[in-house]
Amino acid sequence: MVTLADYKGQKPAWCPGCGNFGILTAFKRAMFELGVEPHEFVIVSGIGQSGKFPHYTQCNTFNGLHGRTLPVATAIRLANHDMPVWAFAGDGDCYGEGGNHWIHAMQRNINVKLVVHDNQVYGLTKGQPSPTSMPGMKVTSLPTSVLTDALNPLPVAISMGCSFVARGFAGEVDQLAELFKETWNHKGFALLDIFQPCVTWNKLNTFEWYRQHCYRIEDSHDPSDFDRAFELSLEFGESIPTGVIYRNERRTYEERLPVLAGMPPVVRRNQEPMNLRQTVQEFY
Amino acid sequence: MDYTIKIGGAAGQGLQTIGTSLSKVFTRFGYHLFAYQDYESRVRGGHNFYQIRFSDRQVWCPRVPVDILIALDKETVPLHRGELAEDGLILYDSADIKEHYEGDNVIDVPFNQIALTEGGNKIMSNIAASGAVLGMLGMDAKLLEAVAEHAFAGKKDLIEPNKKVARAGHEFGSKNCPRCAFQPAPETGSKMSIEGNAAIALAAIASGCKFYAAYPMTPSTGILTFLAMHGERHGIVVEQAEDETSAINMVLGASYAGMRSMTGTSGGGFALMVEGLSLAGMTETPMVAVLGQRPGPATGLPTRTEQADLLFGLFAGHGEVPRIMFAPGTPEQAFKLVNKAFDLTEKYQVPAIILTDQHYADSEWSLDSIDLDEFKFHDYRVRGDAFKSLSEYKRHALTNDGVSPMAVPGDGPFTVVTDSDEHDEEGHLIEDAETRRKMVEKRYVKKLPNIQREIEPPLQYGSDKPEVLLVGWGSNYGVMREAVDSMSGDREIAMLHFSEIYPFPEEGRRGFLDVMNSTKTTICIENNVSGRFAQLLRMETGYKFERSIKKYDGRPFNLEELLEEIDGHLS
Repeated sequence: MVTLADYKGQKPAWCPGCGNFGILTAFKRAMFELGVEPHEFVIVSGIGQSGKFPHYTQCNTFNGLHGRTLPVATAIRLANHDMPVWAFAGDGDCYGEGGNHWIHAMQRNINVKLVVHDNQVYGLTKGQPSPTSMPGMKVTSLPTSVLTDALNPLPVAISMGCSFVARGFAGEVDQLAELFKETWNHKGFALLDIFQPCVTWNKLNTFEWYRQHCYRIEDSHDPSDFDRAFELSLEFGESIPTGVIYRNERRTYEERLPVLAGMPPVVRRNQEPMNLRQTVQEFY
Repeated sequence: MDYTIKIGGAAGQGLQTIGTSLSKVFTRFGYHLFAYQDYESRVRGGHNFYQIRFSDRQVWCPRVPVDILIALDKETVPLHRGELAEDGLILYDSADIKEHYEGDNVIDVPFNQIALTEGGNKIMSNIAASGAVLGMLGMDAKLLEAVAEHAFAGKKDLIEPNKKVARAGHEFGSKNCPRCAFQPAPETGSKMSIEGNAAIALAAIASGCKFYAAYPMTPSTGILTFLAMHGERHGIVVEQAEDETSAINMVLGASYAGMRSMTGTSGGGFALMVEGLSLAGMTETPMVAVLGQRPGPATGLPTRTEQADLLFGLFAGHGEVPRIMFAPGTPEQAFKLVNKAFDLTEKYQVPAIILTDQHYADSEWSLDSIDLDEFKFHDYRVRGDAFKSLSEYKRHALTNDGVSPMAVPGDGPFTVVTDSDEHDEEGHLIEDAETRRKMVEKRYVKKLPNIQREIEPPLQYGSDKPEVLLVGWGSNYGVMREAVDSMSGDREIAMLHFSEIYPFPEEGRRGFLDVMNSTKTTICIENNVSGRFAQLLRMETGYKFERSIKKYDGRPFNLEELLEEIDGHLS
């Protein structure tokens, strides 16, 4: 039986009070409560404070490059579609450097669970604006404050037909643990965008700010209602909804791909070359 | 017997249909063959050609004299008339290209009319042309009919009309060629023929490659399309990535998950893959990348050939990343080297690059057969029960030879952890100096000498004690070899062909340097302007070439021009 202690990892090098601690606590609790062992899934992470996440728990880990979590995660699924795969990225990592991969992972509907630590700023590189930074925020890399409007990833995801779209807040650990479980249980590409206050560099979107602006979506919301979900996802100002916003039952890429569908994972099959003579014959 | 047929026309006119049908006929008849294509970066129009050389002895490269020139457009004759052999013929359809040529070596063949009358559709005019060529050569039409049957298998209603058109074209060719003096050699056992890219794809399949991800880019797209068509049969996942950055990261993901994985691209796409190559080095994840060169910089000449990316491929990747680089010059070399690249990348967990170019990728060679037993497959991964039975596991464990056991995540009770940051034996990120030093030595210093021990020296062909030595690499194998054959009656000449480019073989296997130092005239032959290989050789061995032949117009060497260039160095 798995215990909570099995998920203890290295001592985090995050700033004291960082929103990431709430994410880590909620994740460990969720995996423990799901009864999953650390070697039974993979976390692919990128670069940034979020990229260090897998080292602070226990799991199969591919901590790759900035922006490149989703291609690695996609291919792990194609190699082994019995292996659950999480991708942990930051807002700059996923929506900035990796934007193209994000769009195409949603298009494929590969069964990868994407978690974005969305602190609306670049933390590890010390205070530059990220795609989700709000206008007026003071930053270190612009001659002015932020001039552009914040990218709101949720309506982008819903318009792409992303099969699971949710938003959490690192200050609401109980809700977040439940969201991790719902994300885990979803079949298809899932986006869990988590507001995660950066206590050092983001003086605008603080714990207090998120508490004032975020509200839980009422239980009566039906995530399969596309129109209502899209409307909810566009709420990104005075009030911001958290919870499961959208869900659909699209077939996954793994189910559509003939070489995988209804078969054991490729990595569990014989790895030796096969059926060569038939192909060689084509050259005569 | 050594004949060359050149088919000139616009893109979309069916040069490929004529070219591939004739190639199939010749190889099934038992002839040796070398065919190559020259095309523009467009789907319709422009001027392209397809050139087939066939003989009763092995042929390796393009030659200039054209024996039969088939003109499907107005540009072919003015552009290529000067290449005609003394008894060479021009075939064209005056009604089709609305042009009339004079001369007793010009034959007006109504390709379209034959196709319409016999087959009921102009579209079969290409089969009429192929038939006419065989008629002029005095070869039987039956093989062409068999080829048509094979090509239209599954479309039964097309087989008979195509066979009729082939026969009618053949009859026209045999009756209307007063000057024909072709003397085809007798039929021997059927051969196979294979293009450069297909040889790489086939070798990947035969090496146990189970994952291929790529973004289309000439001249490597052929590998992607071949594997897309054949992947399912061989249990291979083939994925077109959204960009090359994604492609190489996918390859690393699939490899981490436990499968042999490969990607392919050209210089521009490889530029996007560079960060991924560095990641492969840091995470010690096996992978093979095909870098099919075309002329740069930037978009360059997208459909043409060059050998300018040797040092780019070799030095690509930030940090100190060990790597293996092979450059095959023939399909046989590709079989061996792609197989060896897969074996070494799995054995040493360093990335391997297969360096080709457009001339290699799009050329076609005849082969007697493929010996599938020559392909080696040894699984170095820790899988299933072997992983379950371990008492502990560290992905980057420090070992005497620098190679750590690579386990398949999920197969055993331990986690498999790797990181693009510097990491400890378990794969977790670190900052301390001592671990960093040990890991650098593990990845680079400990592995490199063992890899060097696996590397074969260059191939020496020709005289044992040459007074002239041609040195080259990759796709110039064929033209250098024929130059040696052609000149060896008059003088002591040899070639050194490098296909296992990097690392260089260990000290005890560098006898090639003695040959180079003791030869009076040594010439380095490359398709680039700055002498990329000459620079590498000097860097690795201190040897400095005094003479070189460089071609950088985007076209491959042909035999006659290379002979002339060599002659210039000897007079």
